[in-house]
Amino acid sequence: MAMNYNAKDEVDGGPPGAPGGAAKNRRPDNTAFKQQRLPAWQPILTAGTVLPTFFIIGLIFIPIGIGIFVTSNNIREIEGNVFMYYGLSNFYQNHRRYVKSRDDSQLNGDPSALLNPSKECEPYRRNEDKPIAPCGAIANSMFNDTLELFLISNDSAPYAIPLKKKGIAWWTDKNVKFRNPPGGENLEERFKGTTKPVNWLKPVYLLDSEKDNNGFINEDFIVWMRTAALPTFRKLYRLIERTEDLHPTLPAGRYYLNITYNYPVHSFDGRKRMILSTISWMGGKNPFLGIAYITIGSISFLLGVVLLVINHKYRNSGNTADITI
Amino acid sequence: MTEPLQWTRYHWRRLIGGANRDNDERPYNYSSLLACGGKTSQTPKLAGKHRVVVPHLRPFKEEYEKFSGAYMNNRIRTTKYTLLNFVPRNLFEQFHRAANLYFLFLVVLNWVPLVEAFQKEITMLPLVVVLTIIAIKDGLEDYRKYKIDKQINNLVTKVYSPKEKKYIDRCWKDVTVGDFIRLSCNEVIPADMVLLFSTDPDGICHIETSGLDGESNLKQRQVARGYTEQDSEVDPEKFSSRIECESPNNDLNRFRGFLEHSNKKRVGLSKENLLLRGCTIRNTEAVVGIVVYAGHETKAMLNNSGPRYKRSKLERRANTDVLWCVLLLIIMCFTGALGHEIWLSRYEDVPFFNIPEPDGRLTSPLLAGFYMFWTMIILLQVLIPISLYVSIEIVKLGQIYFIQNDVDFYNEKMDSTVQCRALNITEDLGQIQYLFSDKTGTLTENKMVFRRCSVAGFDYSHKVNAKRLESYQEAVSEDEDFADTPSGSPSDMAKPKAHSCRTAHNGPLGSKPLNHLSGSSFALGNGEGASEVPHSRQTAFSSPIETDVVPDTRLLEKFSQITPQLFTPPDEMAHSLPLETLCIMDFFIALAICNTVVVSAPNQPRQKVRLSSLTGMPIKSLEEIKNLFQRLSVRRSSSPSLASGKEPSSGVPNAFVNRLSLFSRIKLASPVEEEGSQMSESPQGSSNSTCHEETEKQNSGAGVTNGKVDSLPGQPLASDLCYEAESPDEAALVYAARAYQCTLQSRTPEQVMVDFAALGPLTFQLLHILPFDSVRKRMSVVVRHPLSNQVVVYTKGADSVIMELLSVASPDGTSLEKQQMIREKTQKHLDDYAKRGLRTLCIAKKVMSDTEYAEWLKNHFLAETSIDNREELLFESAMRLENKLTLLGATGIEDRLQEGVPESIEALQKAGIKIWMLTGDKQETAVNIAYACKLLEPDDKLFILNTQSKDACEMLMSTILKELQKNNRASPEQVPLSENLHQPPVPQDLGLRAGLVITGKTLEFALQESLQRQFLELTAWCRAVVCCRATPLQKSEVVKLVRNHLRVMTLAIGDGANDVSMIQVADVGIGISGQEGMQAVMASDFAISQFRHLSKLLLVHGHWCYTRLSNMILYFFYKNVAYVNLLFWYQFFCGFSGTSMTDYWVLIFFNLLFTSAPPVIYGVLEKDVSAETLIQLPELYTSGQKSEAYLPLTFWITLLDAFYQSLVCFFVPYYTYQGSDIDIFTFGNPLNTAALFIILLHLVIESKSLTWIHMVVIIGSILSYFLFALAFGATCITCNPPSNPYWIMQEHLLDPMFYLVCVLTTCIALLPRFMYRVFQESLFPSPILRAKHLDRLTPEEKTEALKKWKKTGKMDQAMSKYAGYSAATSGRRPMSGHSTVSAMMLATSYAIEQGNVSVCETVFDSDMPQTSGVAGPPKD
Repeated sequence: MAMNYNAKDEVDGGPPGAPGGAAKNRRPDNTAFKQQRLPAWQPILTAGTVLPTFFIIGLIFIPIGIGIFVTSNNIREIEGNVFMYYGLSNFYQNHRRYVKSRDDSQLNGDPSALLNPSKECEPYRRNEDKPIAPCGAIANSMFNDTLELFLISNDSAPYAIPLKKKGIAWWTDKNVKFRNPPGGENLEERFKGTTKPVNWLKPVYLLDSEKDNNGFINEDFIVWMRTAALPTFRKLYRLIERTEDLHPTLPAGRYYLNITYNYPVHSFDGRKRMILSTISWMGGKNPFLGIAYITIGSISFLLGVVLLVINHKYRNSGNTADITI
Repeated sequence: MTEPLQWTRYHWRRLIGGANRDNDERPYNYSSLLACGGKTSQTPKLAGKHRVVVPHLRPFKEEYEKFSGAYMNNRIRTTKYTLLNFVPRNLFEQFHRAANLYFLFLVVLNWVPLVEAFQKEITMLPLVVVLTIIAIKDGLEDYRKYKIDKQINNLVTKVYSPKEKKYIDRCWKDVTVGDFIRLSCNEVIPADMVLLFSTDPDGICHIETSGLDGESNLKQRQVARGYTEQDSEVDPEKFSSRIECESPNNDLNRFRGFLEHSNKKRVGLSKENLLLRGCTIRNTEAVVGIVVYAGHETKAMLNNSGPRYKRSKLERRANTDVLWCVLLLIIMCFTGALGHEIWLSRYEDVPFFNIPEPDGRLTSPLLAGFYMFWTMIILLQVLIPISLYVSIEIVKLGQIYFIQNDVDFYNEKMDSTVQCRALNITEDLGQIQYLFSDKTGTLTENKMVFRRCSVAGFDYSHKVNAKRLESYQEAVSEDEDFADTPSGSPSDMAKPKAHSCRTAHNGPLGSKPLNHLSGSSFALGNGEGASEVPHSRQTAFSSPIETDVVPDTRLLEKFSQITPQLFTPPDEMAHSLPLETLCIMDFFIALAICNTVVVSAPNQPRQKVRLSSLTGMPIKSLEEIKNLFQRLSVRRSSSPSLASGKEPSSGVPNAFVNRLSLFSRIKLASPVEEEGSQMSESPQGSSNSTCHEETEKQNSGAGVTNGKVDSLPGQPLASDLCYEAESPDEAALVYAARAYQCTLQSRTPEQVMVDFAALGPLTFQLLHILPFDSVRKRMSVVVRHPLSNQVVVYTKGADSVIMELLSVASPDGTSLEKQQMIREKTQKHLDDYAKRGLRTLCIAKKVMSDTEYAEWLKNHFLAETSIDNREELLFESAMRLENKLTLLGATGIEDRLQEGVPESIEALQKAGIKIWMLTGDKQETAVNIAYACKLLEPDDKLFILNTQSKDACEMLMSTILKELQKNNRASPEQVPLSENLHQPPVPQDLGLRAGLVITGKTLEFALQESLQRQFLELTAWCRAVVCCRATPLQKSEVVKLVRNHLRVMTLAIGDGANDVSMIQVADVGIGISGQEGMQAVMASDFAISQFRHLSKLLLVHGHWCYTRLSNMILYFFYKNVAYVNLLFWYQFFCGFSGTSMTDYWVLIFFNLLFTSAPPVIYGVLEKDVSAETLIQLPELYTSGQKSEAYLPLTFWITLLDAFYQSLVCFFVPYYTYQGSDIDIFTFGNPLNTAALFIILLHLVIESKSLTWIHMVVIIGSILSYFLFALAFGATCITCNPPSNPYWIMQEHLLDPMFYLVCVLTTCIALLPRFMYRVFQESLFPSPILRAKHLDRLTPEEKTEALKKWKKTGKMDQAMSKYAGYSAATSGRRPMSGHSTVSAMMLATSYAIEQGNVSVCETVFDSDMPQTSGVAGPPKD
């Protein structure tokens, strides 16, 4: 092997005829980059080198998994703020054309969009020559059952659990994204010239009695407009705040749920549910993540052991094994 | 005019021309031509295969318009686009690519409301980006061309203006056909023109064609016959002839036509009369010519075909996989369509979320499913990796950048480095299986060194010379360094164009005492040339190794017997002279004059040294004077119209000045003059020297008697002369002759002057030159011998040809037996030379009587003036002359092996590349070079195919084949090739190693349809094949055969014009920019300066490029499939409605921005094994040959992994968020983020080396993703409806769940791939992986490990057979003496068996390469 490709020598020595730089202008620069000799990290993925990684993953994942699992299971105890959801199944809120059927500008209070909604809203754009506010299929199909919860105690009349309507939507949605159209004090005036969605019982400015929860900034509406990702979903309906007089928030007892049926689900073979849940830092109850973490942690631990065996078995031929197999 | 149009026009014209030729019996009859022109008067260019050029002057106006009006003018436009047509034309061209059309189709599809998946505008984005990038690239390229064109078009030249009656300055672009152009020295020729006048009294002019073909030697051009003899410049006004010549074509070496004077007398025109556009006038004060081809019709422009486009094997592979992706896409879309239909038909009522059409109608499920199919195609479009093509192009540019910047390819001597001319086949370099190499100039240096000669049957071994050459080898490095250092004045560096001839010597050799003969002149030369600057570009003829020949003492002794006294009464003494002495004399004269060497002196840049025919020539006899006058009178009479009435027109130097300048050409060797051309242009300055010269010449005439020519100060010293030849062996012979004091002093078309030691200067009247061609394989000069005054033909050529042409009867009375003896002895010597790897040439002569000559001349003139079949006629004419020759002797020239060739060949063979050597040299020379460069090893069994008939060839092949199969029956895995042609056996593994030698004639049989298979089968058993005596066509046919029938990757490497066809045919063509000009380089894909660079180019860069690109392509497929499948899985949860859970912008940018840079970086910078290791372990190359990095299986595994990862990436978040109140885009965000991490970390796992650049790019990609998502989420409140990711990323970044989901998803997705790599690396490491480990060791450990590796090579091999793949062997097998003997026996036995078959038996001298004189590889 007489071939000498030891370019490093040239770095030190430089070209022999150094003064003739001008004549030798075509000589490529001898830099690490151009000669592809940049210092590089060469990951070696042998059993020996990756062993620690697996044990570390195992050691980290298993506790995390346990932590998540426990948290998730603790959610059952109805203490602190309780969240009241309505659930729908088999409702494809994520249908491509359904998802598009809205006009964000209109919902943001743009007066021109209010009277001339986007074409995306078709066929729920105009009704009887009046623009629909809010337009589109999403708004049109808004969930409009009402749920009321009563605690039945033996001695007194059923106690209506106070359900808080506000604070269920994202803050940014309520304050930035959704806005009522500008104009006078009266909300009805502001929506003048528009008509209610076909399926709605009442126009948008009559959704709620409270002024800051009416019109487009009605939180039930906002929540509905945030289209669910999966066909079986729940949406936050009310908040049951922890109060002084009730402890825990929902004490054990008999409850009475009063539902005003407005919303038909037969057409799509749907189901309605009501869910009560507390919320931890990781959202609602879901054991999946915890179990997954524990599983992966264990697998990785196991693999670590397997690798340890491999490494031990091939140790003798270990690094030299790289050469001799 | 646009190029394609031009092209079609050209071809159409050729077609028409061909038809014309068939119809017309005498197509070149002028009247028929006119008639032809008359028939189609509007388009005179229809005149067929020829064009008529008449002067662009008033008297011919009508005729001019008729003939030349439609010819192109000299304006050139190489740009594709104009400002106006750029956009449409560029778009048009871009949409020729299928990929772009697919994109366009998607865009259009998205405008159909029914199937619209994204917003219309967004789908256009990728297409627009891709188109813009390419358009910008094209535009910039074109703009650069435009600027160059403009510059060239506006160059100024002197064109004759009929109005002003003088030559005026005009731009190149305004030159038209028929214009008269006057050029001065060092000016560039603006268009192809016929030379009508040269200030040179002999009517010659020199041009340098380096701009055209890179050859730096001067070429001689001649004034059209009939104009030669004029004393003053041609007057355009009086020019009444017309020129007919062939239609524009791109053959640089051909020009046929004739010049018809007004009196219908015709004069033939050949390429000797044509000045080519782009060349430079040298050594000639001024020339005048008439333009025949201009602009795009010039030969230079027609030869200018832009860069070449080839599809690499890898890309073809990738293309099939793209088709698989298309199929996959269709399946997925069909699934979506079907799913949607089923989903829809489940509902009896209309659910809320199924929106009716604007008119309230509902589409039927079937129709909706059909629409959905197209929607899905738009949605999942990314599955077809459109950006792959753009990325591949970018990656290849990066790879080429690194190849070109490799300092190892830099050649100090030539200041050149590797050139990548084809931009898109870098990865093919990593997959070469067959290498076809030229010999001369490729494996050897093509620096011809005179080694031995045989004269009149006596061999002169030149031992001292041989020793000198050996010692030179040690000194060579310093010497070259010295020669290379530009030690000269700064003015010379500033004028690289100033052609100074290299001094013929420098360094230690010049002062060696061995040079006793030329010693004195050397000393002088050194003194004179000390200030002379060696030219920065070394050429073959300048290095001392070639120019200095130490004469053989024995020959010198004999040589010294030649005295002028011997010739005093030339006719009587001829018989008494010993034959041998005569032979020696003739031999050296032949060496000196039988060539086309241009003489120049070093101190006069490219200045031809010649003596005026009137003053300098020592007149030998009255006859000579008579001859001279005859010649002059012929000259007069041949051009009566021009000779009379000459007027010195303004602006043209008159005759007197001409003559002055003529004298001034004889330059003094004075270092004061830096540029001879300047001097020669000023008659004032040279007048002094003229007087001086006159006296000098008188002296030199006297020098005849005292024989001390070289001591005269006025005469250029012999050692100072430079010889520039078209082929290096010519120069070598002239230098050799010079060493024996037979110095070629000057050469003009009319005469050659030789300074013959004892006899003084001899002037040979040059009657004819029959140039060398590859068919005749010889060249001849016809001269009138000054001593005997006979017409003598000196012929020099390949021994096989010359030997057949020798006369049977002895012409000058010597006994036949003696001739026969000389012949036999010389043949023996020739065989001996060839065995030592020397190039052999035979020298012969023939004396003709004047009548014989006259008769021949008559016929020859006929041949010369014909346009039709001129080549054949000339060939016949040559055959008539070159016969009945008398053998003088033979020469052996050595062509040394290039540095590092044996090592490179060894490494390449170890790398599993089969090397074939294709050469035009004779068998013995070829075989010896093959041994010397380790192509064949001494213990290889050598089979020689040399038969005269096809049947014999077939028989011999089958015998050899049987023998080989018998010997190798032991190997079980040997599959009969006939069944499995594309997987030839790997003969390295076999017990016997064989080499095959086949000669050109036999090759012809072997290439025939019926024998091809057998031939290939045979060669598959041999580790090396040598094809000798192969013609260029055969070379390319061999390459074609192997390429097409074995379906292997082929590489052809060569340096000369004869390799061009082979280079073009091979998958990868490599040109060596060596001594033989640029034709091979022009045709090549890559150009290197030395053969040894090939090993790094293939083993390192080829390997890298291939692995990089294949990994990148696989990664691209993986990336796109993995990402797109996320969308696909989501379809199962949205009723197959085509919803994407990701914002469209993020979706588009994900491919376009966030994950586009890392694969490109990966494709450019990935380095699996270091360069050092790759060089040291050529075996690693086999992985590329077998396409291990990118097998079909690899593709499917990659896709499978992509499917798995996308499943994980989708379902982990799905189960996490199942049943929660998560909305679409909030659900998509962790999916997207996890996908980003998975895709990028996948790259990290796959990378074998990560530099800071990788890190920057990967981190940059991640950061850009988050920044974009945050910025978009913060600002986009109502924009981009309906997909609105407002504030989602912000929410998620505060949500621990988001992190937990992303981390878990990433880990699960990458776990299998990671484990696969870990297990692979620790349990079944591939050789590449094992080599990678070597890189981590310290140098000492590494050498140790390498040793071990090589030792275990065989064991490894045994295992590998088991494992189903064969690693290339290392180390060569010790071979017992017994097998050598058997090989010999075998060869003899064939000979016996096949009586009539001539089997060439070479003695298998096992230590031959060592004992042979071939300069072997530097021993390590």
